[in-house]
Amino acid sequence: MNTYPTLKKFVPQGRYTLMAAPFLWLGIFFLLPFLFVAKISVAEGALAIPPYTALIEWLDGVLNIRVSFYNFQWLLDDPLYIQAYWNSIKMAFWSTVYCLLIGYPMAYAIAKAPKDKQTVLLLLVLLPSWTSFLIRVYAWMGLLKNNGLINNALMWLGVINEPIQMLNTNFAVYIGVVYSYLPFMVLPLYANLVKHDNSLLEAAADLGAGHIKRFFTVTFPLSMNGVIAGSMLVFIPVVGEYVIPELLGGTETIMIGKVLWQEFFNNRDWPVASALALIMVLILLVPIGLFHRIQNKEGGL
Amino acid sequence: MTSDELARKDGRKHDEILLSIRNLNKYYGNVLAVDDTNLDIRQGEIFALLGASGSGKSTLLRMLAGFEVPSSGSIMLHGNDIAHLPPNERPFNMMFQSYALFPHMSVEKNIAYGLKHDGMSKDEIHDRVQSMLKLVHMEKYASRKPHQLSGGQRQRVALVRSLAKHPKLLLLDEPMGALDKKLRTEMQLEVVDIIERVGVTCVMVTHDQEEAMTMADRIAIMDEGQIQQIGSPVDIYESPMNRMVAEFIGSVNVFESEIVDDQENYMVLRSPDVESDIFVGRGVSSAVDDKSMLFALRPEKTFISMDRPDKDKNVTRGVVEDIAYLGGHTVYYVKLPSGKIVHCFLANTERRAERPDWEQDVWVYWQDDAGMVMRS
Repeated sequence: MNTYPTLKKFVPQGRYTLMAAPFLWLGIFFLLPFLFVAKISVAEGALAIPPYTALIEWLDGVLNIRVSFYNFQWLLDDPLYIQAYWNSIKMAFWSTVYCLLIGYPMAYAIAKAPKDKQTVLLLLVLLPSWTSFLIRVYAWMGLLKNNGLINNALMWLGVINEPIQMLNTNFAVYIGVVYSYLPFMVLPLYANLVKHDNSLLEAAADLGAGHIKRFFTVTFPLSMNGVIAGSMLVFIPVVGEYVIPELLGGTETIMIGKVLWQEFFNNRDWPVASALALIMVLILLVPIGLFHRIQNKEGGL
Repeated sequence: MTSDELARKDGRKHDEILLSIRNLNKYYGNVLAVDDTNLDIRQGEIFALLGASGSGKSTLLRMLAGFEVPSSGSIMLHGNDIAHLPPNERPFNMMFQSYALFPHMSVEKNIAYGLKHDGMSKDEIHDRVQSMLKLVHMEKYASRKPHQLSGGQRQRVALVRSLAKHPKLLLLDEPMGALDKKLRTEMQLEVVDIIERVGVTCVMVTHDQEEAMTMADRIAIMDEGQIQQIGSPVDIYESPMNRMVAEFIGSVNVFESEIVDDQENYMVLRSPDVESDIFVGRGVSSAVDDKSMLFALRPEKTFISMDRPDKDKNVTRGVVEDIAYLGGHTVYYVKLPSGKIVHCFLANTERRAERPDWEQDVWVYWQDDAGMVMRS
């Protein structure tokens, strides 16, 4: 190749090609669609195909650019949408807390297990995700419904006389969300906890700390990165979760994913739906930004 | 200075026994890591456990710290058996090989960590931390995190963290293991100085004989879970009890030999490797029928000459097989007629003096009291 120095300029350099790949991916599959959504969000609804007005129009020699913020105003005026956002964030927050409370002991136990058993235990955490997500949520419907497995078992045991309404409640949504997202909490926590230097715990014991104190002064603070990573991996997708509240939730469960669906497909109001989606992304940018900052800070360690 | 400290300055007196280890065993599965060990640690001394990896020295130290539970035996402290006490209930503190400083805490908080469990008031803790920092001249670094410190500074922090609780016994696990060679020599003396100023009894584990000899008052040589010999650095080096100890500490030439004459103040040995008789200028009580003996000679106690020395004992012929010039001294590998290679050190006291060369015939000889004799 040295004989053609001018040609060399046009041959992609390995490093840049490698770096370009993820950017290209993000550009095509995230940024471009996102710009479409952003564009639709500042349009107005119309009885047309597609059902919104054009952003830029050439009409009788006049270039019209119409940017409408009416949709955003509409969203902020109607308490339904604000309620939906608030519910989604609340739901995501508590789901994250429950995942953490259940996932931390699991990850801790796996990280402390003998080396040869760790792989098996991790596999058990991952195994359910080998079947379809949808099927697993449907399975929960079978378990939670009024004549489902849990109610029948409790009635057979004589604990209750009539079925407890579990399906189509927030309770069912929490069960579904925590169940589905638990692996996303357990894996980063495990990856963090398994790297911990045992000599730090020995040093803490040597300096007089008992089991509980050792955990709260050494193990937990040092696992903070894993806690944050796991929490982000649960919190962010749960805010926009649609399938679980749709299948397991009831009328009380108004989450943003469900509202989005209704706007898109029931009301065919694409601009409002796009504005809804845009605001959701903006809300999620806050925790993502925080996460990024903390990661960068820890990277300096 | 308190009278206590004055007494220490007058020369460390290590008469009182602080800790007694009796018949201590540790099995890992079927493997005996520490084999029926007995050991007394005296008040105020620095005691080194020296051995190769796998000799059981670290296991012994970890049993003292409480990280390993002995399979049997006892560790007596002031008449109480502490062998089964968990580490957080022992009045001992350890400095770890990796230092094990808490990475999420500042230097100050690291040192204060152990004090918070002792119910000390905030002011007391602060004062103690300050005095500890002062001990190692690190007051300026109180708010730094461990990753912002150099290797030597980290070690100082680790040292005072383990001293902060005023432990009855300080345990050092390979204290210089994480430092480079130059810093190591510096820190060895500094650590000893601090330990002596504080006056704490100290048990250290090391595989580095130079470190053990520099720092310790007494050394125990461990091999295969057993203590081979306990003594001062001089005892261990100049009077090893067996071949293992002699070969572990420094280098040594060992000749298998037989007793020819054994008197009260001298003995004569004969070895197939040495042409002349070996004359040992002191008697060794050997009222045993077994006449075989090992004669051990340190390389620095040999002389090498191009002319035949005026001696008829303790001298043998050889050919220079190899030469290693090390600056301070040169090591000659001399091949004896029997084929045995003998190491001889020649101090380079003169610049560019005339020296035996490769393949040259030389004479190796030594003084009557240079060698050591042992049974096994």
